[in-house]
Amino acid sequence: MNQKHQDTKAPAVEYLDSSSTDSVPGTLEGFHKQLQLLPPYRWLSQAIAGSGISARGLLIATPYLWLLLFFLAPFLIVLKISFSEYAIAQPPYTALFEWVDDIYIQVKLNLENYQLLYEDSLYWRAYLNSVKIAGISTLLALLVGYPLAYGMTRAPRHWRLALLMLVILPFWTSFLIRVYAWIGILKKEGLLNLLLLNLGVIDQPLTVMNTDIAVYIGIVYSYLPFMVLPLYASLEKMDDSLLEAAADLGCRPIKSFWQITFPISIHGVIAGCFLVFIPALGEFVIPDLLGGSGTLMIGKTLWAEFFSNRDWPLSSAVAVVLLLILVVPIVAFQKMQEKDKVA
Amino acid sequence: MKFLAKSALAAVFLAGSGTTAWSADAVVNVYNWSDYIDESILAEFEKETGIKVVYDVFDSNDILETKLLAGGTGYDVVVPSGSFLSRQIQAGVFQPLDKSKLPNLGNMWDVVSERTAIYDPENAHSINYMWGTTGIGYNVEKIAERMSDAPVDSWKLIFDPAILSKFADCGVFMLNAPEEMIPAALNYLGEDPDSHDPKIIAKAEEVLLAIRPHIQKFHSSEYINALANGDICIAVGWSGDVLQARDRAAEAENGVNVNYSTPVEGALMWFDQMAIPKDAPNVENAHKFIDYMMRAEVMAKASNYVYYANGNKASQALLEPDVIGDTAIYPSDDALGTLYITTPYPPKVQRKVTRLWTKVKSGQ
Repeated sequence: MNQKHQDTKAPAVEYLDSSSTDSVPGTLEGFHKQLQLLPPYRWLSQAIAGSGISARGLLIATPYLWLLLFFLAPFLIVLKISFSEYAIAQPPYTALFEWVDDIYIQVKLNLENYQLLYEDSLYWRAYLNSVKIAGISTLLALLVGYPLAYGMTRAPRHWRLALLMLVILPFWTSFLIRVYAWIGILKKEGLLNLLLLNLGVIDQPLTVMNTDIAVYIGIVYSYLPFMVLPLYASLEKMDDSLLEAAADLGCRPIKSFWQITFPISIHGVIAGCFLVFIPALGEFVIPDLLGGSGTLMIGKTLWAEFFSNRDWPLSSAVAVVLLLILVVPIVAFQKMQEKDKVA
Repeated sequence: MKFLAKSALAAVFLAGSGTTAWSADAVVNVYNWSDYIDESILAEFEKETGIKVVYDVFDSNDILETKLLAGGTGYDVVVPSGSFLSRQIQAGVFQPLDKSKLPNLGNMWDVVSERTAIYDPENAHSINYMWGTTGIGYNVEKIAERMSDAPVDSWKLIFDPAILSKFADCGVFMLNAPEEMIPAALNYLGEDPDSHDPKIIAKAEEVLLAIRPHIQKFHSSEYINALANGDICIAVGWSGDVLQARDRAAEAENGVNVNYSTPVEGALMWFDQMAIPKDAPNVENAHKFIDYMMRAEVMAKASNYVYYANGNKASQALLEPDVIGDTAIYPSDDALGTLYITTPYPPKVQRKVTRLWTKVKSGQ
């Protein structure tokens, strides 16, 4: 970690003096030179240079700026829409602010959307069902992913890179196509049923397609790499001599796994679980393609409210609540970790 | 570090400039329903005018409306159905047509224009592309096998759970279109199909929930192939789509016989209207495209291919006998009397309707 930190620092110093170097056409530097001819761009870049913002300050500000631009601003827009009213207009909702007599701003907050979320059990059940499906999928992904990651770190060193590549390789194909492929496997006349029927394991084709089971399979399959990679990263750092020492002292392998290996990898486990749980909770594609019309998930409900029902205010309210449900456990987790560090 | 800041700034501009190279001159972007055109028409239009047609399809009015209300679709010609069109005009989505650029207007048929004027006063924003009915498509043999005296020409086949349950095992599809299925259910009950009264609409909910267990899928385009392949017995669908399924089955010689019936209780008569969004990038080309579509021989070719009636009087002389002569496509005057039209729901009612539909589809 320390090593890396220094690596990034060194070139930054170098770049400070590099502004006078000749620009190479086709590079960003060259593009920047060309853009200097445009007044708004020139003003902006001069403002940045002249404002006395140091390189360090800019570096620290960048992630915040990023969050502000791509997270907070869209969220505020969604929040605004969620307090408006569905209308026949373009865009299809009423304005939140209105000028009255040119001096007053009239704010009309419509709470009906949130009230509806509370009153109509559909949304609550969709939320709870999403939490259930995402939770079980995360657990399954951990059960499948942990042995996989562990096996990878135990493999001979020269194999590891190849194994890592195999985990990443599916990403080279579109996610959508991979989910579509599961339709071919899981449907009634699909590969799975053909295989099991021919092996004589079953005599009636299984109905997996269009059920919750298909959704579990789809989610675990799609998000498994997100579980394996952080686990692999944390397990690989483990010092083997710890296990050897435990064995020397007469500790059984299973016990030393729970006493040493698992606690060391706990950060990988937590990171992996979050990386799987969070996207799975709002998942839309997998339940839509593999699940049945009875599979209730909040991502699907959100899509239907937006596209089929054209009800932007209500779907915005659904999105805001979904975000709050996600943010609360994440913040709680952060707090917990900080406490750990202090202690 | 300065370099980093510059690069970031340049990258932002680079990303922003990628989206502007879009409105080239000789293009018309058309967004129409799926399975709804003879593609040789597009090729001939391109050849004659040198205008490239970018053709994109949808299968539900809802998706089209979502895009239109968000704005900036980039489409020059879109084809919403009447009640949706009317609402979208109200929202200010469309521009009035420049009729001086549409010399073929004289070809249009007053029987249709009078009705479409209910949605679009004086037909100021739209031209009829096709019209049709929403009725029942069925597999003749499979129905007869399961029930020899099945009421195939009545909504009872669909909305009476005792009857529909007989066909659940071989597959029933229903349009994913609440604005059409709720009026159909109300019509079956003898209520006003165009009712906007939530209490009346709630009656349709009961009917739909009762038959829900026997419906395999709610989808608005898959039923064409499903009927043609003999995968399903019954589909509530659009007239021309079912007739296309009939033809596909006949071409495949797979022994599947598909038929379409307009229920005796009455059926929805709908109109798909070509219109130009306000923010269309190629307004001139859009008018050229619409005018080309109004030519008698072009419209006749289109109807002969998709088995839908059109609103073009001049084209009727050029229609194949199995199109103009088929009462499923061009109903007799008596049958025309039983057809009903619907008007858009107000926003509050619309929300109830969509909620009802979610409930019906998810079965909860």
